[in-house]
This record gives sequence, structure tokens and C-alpha cells, in this order.
Amino acid sequence: MDKSMKVLIVDDFSTMRRIIKNLLRDLGFNNTVEADDGNTALPILKTGSIDFLITDWNMPGMQGIDLLKTVRADPELATLPVLMVTAESKREQIVEAAQAGVNGYIVKPFNATTLKEKIEKIFERIEA
Amino acid sequence: MKNESAIYEEHLEYARDLVKQLEAGDRESADKVLCKLTKLHESGMYHEMGKLTRELHDTLSNFQFDSKVIDFAEHEIPDAKDRLNYIIALTEQAANKTLTAVEETIPICEGLGKKANGINDEWKRFMSKDLSAGEFRSLAREIGVYLENIASESSRIKANLNDVLIAQDFQDLTGQSIRRVILLVHDIEEMLINFIRITGRKSEPDTSAPRRNKSKLEGPQIPGKESADVMSCQDDVDDLLSSLGF
Repeated sequence: MDKSMKVLIVDDFSTMRRIIKNLLRDLGFNNTVEADDGNTALPILKTGSIDFLITDWNMPGMQGIDLLKTVRADPELATLPVLMVTAESKREQIVEAAQAGVNGYIVKPFNATTLKEKIEKIFERIEA
Repeated sequence: MKNESAIYEEHLEYARDLVKQLEAGDRESADKVLCKLTKLHESGMYHEMGKLTRELHDTLSNFQFDSKVIDFAEHEIPDAKDRLNYIIALTEQAANKTLTAVEETIPICEGLGKKANGINDEWKRFMSKDLSAGEFRSLAREIGVYLENIASESSRIKANLNDVLIAQDFQDLTGQSIRRVILLVHDIEEMLINFIRITGRKSEPDTSAPRRNKSKLEGPQIPGKESADVMSCQDDVDDLLSSLGF
């Protein structure tokens, strides 16, 4: 897991983006960019410079689940690791995300340890 | 019900009759005709009122059983109240977590500062060659201890600041809930405007806008009021995912 990888954080609440950015910095990830919606995230992803996507679900323009599906459907982006961090905790939502190919799912409120563990797990699997 | 021109003819006939009776000086007959005329007029009025009352009653009956209204009263509004109470609880929690971290950290900083000042005084004496060998050895030990102290206290301070950082997540969670309540208030507002419109006119078809497509997303769950099928913590989410093979 290369901590200099470029991470895109997507959430419509700027406070949440800020929290995640700081937690990542604490874990050694200093290369982060932000977007406030699936729609604004897509052009950033299409530049091909993002190595890891962390996204919320519930966003006004394009929701996280749709962003995930769009990413998986795009041959250039299909293998991008995606972690969802969201308040949506219903079973059917989690199943839908898993089936759409999400690599990790964290429910809010969460703590720093959970974030660390899930990220490590995602890259452990990818590198295996 | 007679049509308008027939009514008009009847009125005219009675009026002619009334004039005839009055001109003939027959007060009794004239009064009788006047009575008939009045009754004719009143029956028209009663009929109109009856029609209006029936319409209003029908409208109100329809309104009462409109599923929208029932939904609001039985689910949406209680849900909104719960959400607002949850917001109070969340913000209180966040404030308390932050205050605790602050209350712990301030004394730590004060302690470090005070100790540094003490050591600094001794150090100044050393620099002006005012310290004995024994005092210098003592100072050296103190400095050593202090440097280790700073390292460990810095970790504590950092941990506390991280607690404050995470505690700010209340803004996102409460914000999502508040948005939903705003949507509900907006829906109720529309409904009331419609109601005013409908009952303000005699017979107006219900032209209210089609029901907003409700998002099936629920946002943060209110503890104690979770829907069925909700994962209540990260461990549950992890278990579900591994059971599905992910």
C-alpha cells in the first residue's frame, strides 16, 4: 500500500470531508483531493490520476451508489478501489453496494481505528 | 329542478298577479301572492346552499381520507419530531466530547509551560555561570525527564485533538436529518395551500401536484427507532459483508 497514492474524498458535507482528510493525514496519506457530489467527482476520476475513492452515499446530484456503478462500468476506472463511508445502514443498501463492487463499507458515526483497518484490509486484498 | 327561464316566467307571473291584486285593492290575495313569491325565492336559495354544503362535505371527506394526510399524521410528523430530538442529543454529545477533550488538554499545556519556565530560570542561571556543579547535574536530570514528558504529553494532546476532530461528525449527521425535516415541512406547506385553495372555491378539482417521489434512503438511524433490517454498528456491517462473501 503506497501512502503517497492520490485519494479522492466525496461527500456533500464539507465538515465530513475535512474530518476524513485529517484522519487520512494522520495515517500518512497526504495526497488528497475533494469533491462535493458524484457529478463533480466524475471529471476528477476521469483524469485517471486517482488511486483510491472514498465516497458518501446520500448526495443531492449523483448518489454514491451511482458513482460506484459508473466507475465499475467504465473500463478505465473499473478496478479503482472504492470505500463507502455513509450513514445508510439498511441491509438492502449494504447488499446493493457489495453487489455493485464496493471494496469496503463504513457506517457513520465511525472512528479513526475503523477507517485505518478498513483501508488496510482493502489494499491487503488487492495486493494478495 | 326547474330551469332558469321557467323560474323567471313563474316570478313574472306571480309579480303580475301581485300587481293585479294590489290594484284591485285585495290585500289578502296580494299577501298570499307575496308569500308565494318569497317562498319561490327562498327555495332557490336553500337549494343553492344545500348544493354548496354537499360539495364542502364531499371535499372534506375526500381530504380526510387522502392517504397523504394520514401518512403525515401517523408517520412523517412523529418521525420528524424524533429526528429533531435526535439532533439535540447528537449535538449535546458532540459538545460534551469536545469539552472533555479541552478540559483534559488545557491542564496538560499549562503543566508543560510551567515546567518549562522553571527549567528556563535554572538554565539562565547556568548561562550566567551561576550554577554549581551539583545544581547543574540536577538541572540536567530535570531536562532529561522534561523532554520525555513533552513527548508523552504531546501524544495525549494529539489524541485529545483527534477526539475533537471526530466529534465534529455531528454536523454531517444532523445536517442530513435537518434536510429531511425541511422536506417534510415543505410537503405540509404545499398540502395546506392546496386545502385552502380547494375549500376557498365552490367546486375545484384537486389539482395538487403529484406526490414527490420519496427517496428510499433513510439517512442516519435514530437510536431506539431504527427500521427493521438496519445494521446497528460497524461489526454488524462487517458480519453481513463477510456472510455474503465480501
